[in-house]
Amino acid sequence: MPILTFKGGVHPPEKKHFTKDKPFEKLPLPDFVYLFTTNHLGAPAKPLVKEGDQVKTGQLVAEASGTISANIHSSVTGEVVGIESFINASTGRKNNAIVIKRTSEDIWEYIEHDENFKNFSKEEIINIVKKAGIVGLGGAMFPSHVKLSIPPGKKVDYLIINGAECEPYITVDDMMMRTYTEEIIKGIKIIEYIVNPEKIYVGIEENKPEAIKIMKNALKNENIEVAILKTKYPQGAEKQLIKAVTKREVPSGGLPIDAGTLVFNVSTTYAIYDAVINGKPLVERGITLSGGVKKPGNYWFRIGTKVSDLLNQVEIVEEEKIDRIIYGGPMMGIPLPNIDLPTFKGNNAITVLTKEEIPQKHEYPCIRCASCVKACPMGLQPYYLKKLADARKNDIAQENGIMDCIECGACSYICPSNIELVKTFKTTKKVIKAIQKRRV
Amino acid sequence: MKLSTEAAPHFRTTNTTRKIMIDVLISLIPVVIASTWIFGFRALFIMLFSMVFAETLDFSIVRFVRKQKDHIPDFSASVTGLLLGMNLSLAVNWWQIMLGVVVAIILAKQVFGGLGQNFFNPALVGRAFMVISFPTAMTTWYVPFYYQNPDIVTSASPLGIISEEGMNAVLQNYTYWDMFIGRIPGSIGEVSALALIIGFIYLVIKGRIKLMIPVSYIGTVLIFSSVFYMVDPTKFGTPLFHLLAGGLILGALFMATDMVTSPMTKIGQLVFGMGAGILTMIIRFFGSYPEGVSFSILIMNAFVPLIDDWLKPKIYGKTKGEIKHA
Repeated sequence: MPILTFKGGVHPPEKKHFTKDKPFEKLPLPDFVYLFTTNHLGAPAKPLVKEGDQVKTGQLVAEASGTISANIHSSVTGEVVGIESFINASTGRKNNAIVIKRTSEDIWEYIEHDENFKNFSKEEIINIVKKAGIVGLGGAMFPSHVKLSIPPGKKVDYLIINGAECEPYITVDDMMMRTYTEEIIKGIKIIEYIVNPEKIYVGIEENKPEAIKIMKNALKNENIEVAILKTKYPQGAEKQLIKAVTKREVPSGGLPIDAGTLVFNVSTTYAIYDAVINGKPLVERGITLSGGVKKPGNYWFRIGTKVSDLLNQVEIVEEEKIDRIIYGGPMMGIPLPNIDLPTFKGNNAITVLTKEEIPQKHEYPCIRCASCVKACPMGLQPYYLKKLADARKNDIAQENGIMDCIECGACSYICPSNIELVKTFKTTKKVIKAIQKRRV
Repeated sequence: MKLSTEAAPHFRTTNTTRKIMIDVLISLIPVVIASTWIFGFRALFIMLFSMVFAETLDFSIVRFVRKQKDHIPDFSASVTGLLLGMNLSLAVNWWQIMLGVVVAIILAKQVFGGLGQNFFNPALVGRAFMVISFPTAMTTWYVPFYYQNPDIVTSASPLGIISEEGMNAVLQNYTYWDMFIGRIPGSIGEVSALALIIGFIYLVIKGRIKLMIPVSYIGTVLIFSSVFYMVDPTKFGTPLFHLLAGGLILGALFMATDMVTSPMTKIGQLVFGMGAGILTMIIRFFGSYPEGVSFSILIMNAFVPLIDDWLKPKIYGKTKGEIKHA
């Protein structure tokens, strides 16, 4: 199969060499965990525990409320000490988190599971995924059980497992594929059993030759193909991955299922395996801790561990060298106002960026060099949208596709005049959405 | 610990607008050398004077009229000034150059709002102003190496010869090799195709150019002139002649590709180049001026907003019919 890709995109420095060959290491259990009730896209989960309650690892502590929401489980064994609110760095608002003090080693509470998943019906498996609180672990945190429930009349032609991992620094999915190959394949088969696709691909960027080799070997006798993707950002973005692998486009404003496709991240696939086969709810996952740290690597950690606790394990460099610390990678990562904040289910990386990596750049006027038009993976014209957004011409901006912007940041990355393109689009999109809500 | 909470993306390209302009200046060094060799130090003086005055004027306006205290020169005005100098005849004097620069920088650029805001290529506006204001000086062509042989100083340019006397008269005076390396009368920077192409290759390697424009511009000229060559070879001249004579290569490689005044999409750039090519040939064959490169580009500059609006890229997930035009 030829090397696949989409139109547009950029080539930021990869910086994966710090961690790409570091096997997973389990971090020691934290003394406290802080579980956000908004650990997913959608409505906050409803807490089921109160101060003083004893909880086991994997015990349900907050319940999904509404269709797009997910369960939250305790990630340690201990005692609930209360509810505290923290800044949610992605929204800037304060959200509640259930605080649990660890009192002992893990005493697990499992959900129903079966080594032979075919003993379950499709609906039963979807229910297990729902019970396990699994959300998209690539970062979007969309509840997986919602994705797996195919609406009537829709059909899955292609199932794509996303191992592209195009963000600089992050290597956790690469290491997942190399370490948990069999588990991920079993996870794929569980998804296959539920959604019954025509064809299954595992999409991996060229810059992960080890993962490609291992996956190809393991899939020799399976009806699953490895799709080798060009190393280019944002190759791992859902819409771009679908385009590269299937040549199909998700209709504007629609979901992948509208194009007969379904995408699951490799870590999510593993989580589905772990829930269905081992009965473990989503309480731990892999993470890449890299950048300005002394022990960069791929680690297993308990969801809800504070960022400061994670960084203490890998020892950050001298304070004065640090410019910013982000959830995720340098292209889309969310900057942390301070490190005294909890981790989310969607955290695939925490990256410490040093001052030397972030050049202080002067902003020049747009010289219409067309780099942003070439780079936009959605076929938008960022320079034009920026002009419209600055002039508050939101209707015309909408006509020109501002709502189709996936906020990948390729335009801002490539702009030689250092114009804040994607930042403006994010704000304008929020304004447009708020106005639409009010009109309804 | 004090952490920055600047928005993503946290990585930015190391490329800057200033670096782009510096690369364009570097790419013009071969032309400066060739022109100085062909036309002597007077040519060098005109190019440098125009460049330095343009940059000074532009900087003064931004710094003292617009009062941008943190302004760091981006060298776009140097590019404009140098290109204007290259578009001049050796016969212009210093105050004529200054007037041309003032028109280019103030009237064609700063009045519209400065860098990135202008519709017309400033250097070409400056040149057009000078062609109209000083027609004699601007169409007096010095012969190459006149400084070695002061007996014959001026002569008609190859394009002037063909429109008066036809193709055979041109070939009696100049070979294609002369035209390629620049041993012909003409504007200071336009004569040496070789030097221009060397600079162009540098820009292509550095990825600093909207490549579709020169390809479609020159391609259109070659096709158009081939058709007319088949009709009447002695009157209209060969396609190779139209490629090498006059300002086509300078115009197609360095003037039409001005980022600010050219379309944003590949298909738009294709149309832009084709339009400029057709107009150039119409002026050359049927106009009263022997040369039409700069006016063609200026006319096409005016179409850029329209081209950009009609030839938008296809948005992912939308059908062609869903894309709206103003």
